Amino acid sequence: MNHRLATLPYRKAPELDRRPAPRYRAVVVGAGPVGLCMAIDLACHGIECVLIDEDDRTSEGSRAICFAKRTLEILDRLGTGQRTVDKGVVWNLGKVFLRDRLLYQFDLLPESGHKRPAFINLQQYHLEQFLVERLAGTPVDVRWRSRVTGVTVHEGGVSVTVGTPDGVYALECDWLLACDGARSPIRTTLGLEAKSQVFRDRFLIADVKMQASFPTERWFWFDPPFHPGQSVLLHRQADDLWRIDFQLGWDADPEKERQPQRVLPRIRAMLGEDTPFSLEWVSVYTFRCQRMDRFRHGRVFFLGDAAHQVSPFGARGANSGIQDADNLAWKLALVMQGKAPESLLDTYERERMAAADENVLNSTRSTDFITPKSRTSRLFRDAALQLAGRHAFARGLVNSGRLSLPHTYRDSPLSTPDRDSFAGRMRPGAPCADAPLRAGDAQAWLLDQLGGAFGGMYYAGAQAPDPGLLARLQGLSRLPLPVRPLLLCATGCAGPWRALGASVFEDVEGLYAGRYDAAPGTLYLVRPDQHVAARWRHLELRAVREALARATGQQLEAQTA
Amino acid sequence: MNALQTIARLESPDDFYEALIEAHGGLTDAQSEMLNARLILLLANHIGDMQVLREALAAAREGLDDPAAP
Ligand SMILES: Cc1cc2nc3c(=O)[nH]c(=O)nc-3n(C[C@H](O)[C@H](O)[C@H](O)COP(=O)(O)OP(=O)(O)OC[C@H]3O[C@@H](n4cnc5c(N)ncnc54)[C@H](O)[C@@H]3O)c2cc1C
Repeated sequence: MNHRLATLPYRKAPELDRRPAPRYRAVVVGAGPVGLCMAIDLACHGIECVLIDEDDRTSEGSRAICFAKRTLEILDRLGTGQRTVDKGVVWNLGKVFLRDRLLYQFDLLPESGHKRPAFINLQQYHLEQFLVERLAGTPVDVRWRSRVTGVTVHEGGVSVTVGTPDGVYALECDWLLACDGARSPIRTTLGLEAKSQVFRDRFLIADVKMQASFPTERWFWFDPPFHPGQSVLLHRQADDLWRIDFQLGWDADPEKERQPQRVLPRIRAMLGEDTPFSLEWVSVYTFRCQRMDRFRHGRVFFLGDAAHQVSPFGARGANSGIQDADNLAWKLALVMQGKAPESLLDTYERERMAAADENVLNSTRSTDFITPKSRTSRLFRDAALQLAGRHAFARGLVNSGRLSLPHTYRDSPLSTPDRDSFAGRMRPGAPCADAPLRAGDAQAWLLDQLGGAFGGMYYAGAQAPDPGLLARLQGLSRLPLPVRPLLLCATGCAGPWRALGASVFEDVEGLYAGRYDAAPGTLYLVRPDQHVAARWRHLELRAVREALARATGQQLEAQTA
Repeated sequence: MNALQTIARLESPDDFYEALIEAHGGLTDAQSEMLNARLILLLANHIGDMQVLREALAAAREGLDDPAAP
């Protein structure tokens, strides 16, 4: 009954025929969600790379299912966002039960005016499959059934040993991107470690196929009658597949618990005797969190689970790993193209380590609530649950997983501190919020317009068009590093700008102005990963040039020189 | 910034003390523990100030790490 996807085509590597082996600029190891995104993102930035994976299938079984808005926005940029959302299941309502009664429910209350929902549920293999198919349209040199068995870092490059069904060969590259998962053989080969904390509990994770009448909601039970003393989570995925997590406790025997004769009665007790279902996949997990001390080792970078791992409560693993790729790809591309100093690459670690710590903290707190470590901790947990039925305040204490939100790079050396005063969340370092726009009769979304280049968003409000300003705005695209200008105006004010030949978008619902605290004249400089680099109340080319230099690490160079 | 108030504030300390003990009347030890836990959560939310709560946590913990202290 296992879900197996088509085998991906293995080809013999050219190196094995002893042709003069080329030297590669970048090699990505691991075609999980993170490595796939990294390779495609590099290709989007015009960098060719080799992608190596020991397997020739997308990931099997019960892994990630919740993908957050920010991930979907990144996938939009990479070209698989729409397919992913079309296939996924959108949910907004969560219910929390204690024993046999509904304690409370929460609505994710998705803020309107975003192209993408707060979350979708989708099996990880579908997400990966779309990315694998997307590779076909890129120059990425993909090598399936190729296992990296050795890595040596030397002056100016990295040597990689690759084992394949046709023999072993060596690869030389400038940069190595280790996206080889939580056990990261590259980490081990290099003698590095990730300090880990194991959560002393076990979870039975079952993917169950059924045409059930459960609504598309996230249901979480504490101490339900069908599984006393433990917690249970029920979530819907695509293709009538449901994810059920049974907490088992530390003393459970993982081998025994995996057996169908143990699993089936548990599920029947939950669903009722009359609900027909079939088991697609079962595993027993013990969760851990770990993080490496450095994400960069010279010419080797660690991304995703290889760099940091969290327990799945709060859906942060794949979501944050994909943001790692989003953060590093443009930086690496600029450095490779000689447009930014190498020190820019150190900011990957600085920015993403803070994000990893936030994720570790959040998922550890959830895990501690679900699996209290002491009698007192359990007492307070139960007290919070009991109060939550009657008092709204206590619902805020109940933690069955906090939803994953993208990290704001608060103290990033790439951000230019505000000189003008602004309100709201779009401070330097924040991921840009989406907003609905209109160009003529066509609907558009802000983030789609930003794409993956430096962007300069100018808000003209209801101001009369100004040819001088337009010329300066267009001057952004002639800076040493081109900044793509994006002109925004209030509803109904586009006509006169168009008459001047400008391409302009109307802020149809006024959400751009609100979310960005934009007044006429406000300019945002946005990084290629759609995080805010700087903002001003007026467009001044000199300030933009300085902020751009800072956002590409020139200032870092100046400091260390 | 608010600080934890440790000067006497209860108009009638005896009334409160009696009410506290009475609230536990007829409960088993386990039920009493639960009452205490609920009470702490209710009061913490009422105080609603992390700074004050941290100071209260520290004051309550004081001396407990040192077995010789009273
Ligand atoms: C039960 C469960 C539920 C989860 N739920 C969520 C969720 O809802 N949302 C979420 O965001 N995350 C979730 N996660 C976490 C998510 O699955 C991982 O964070 C994600 O898969 C990490 O992606 P990755 O690309 O870093 O690593 P992986 O997906 O592990 O990919 C690593 C790749 O490297 C390859 N590889 C390894 N060694 C070598 C080698 N020597 N040579 C060549 N190739 C190699 C492997 O074949 C593999 O393809 C969940 C995890 C579990 C277990």
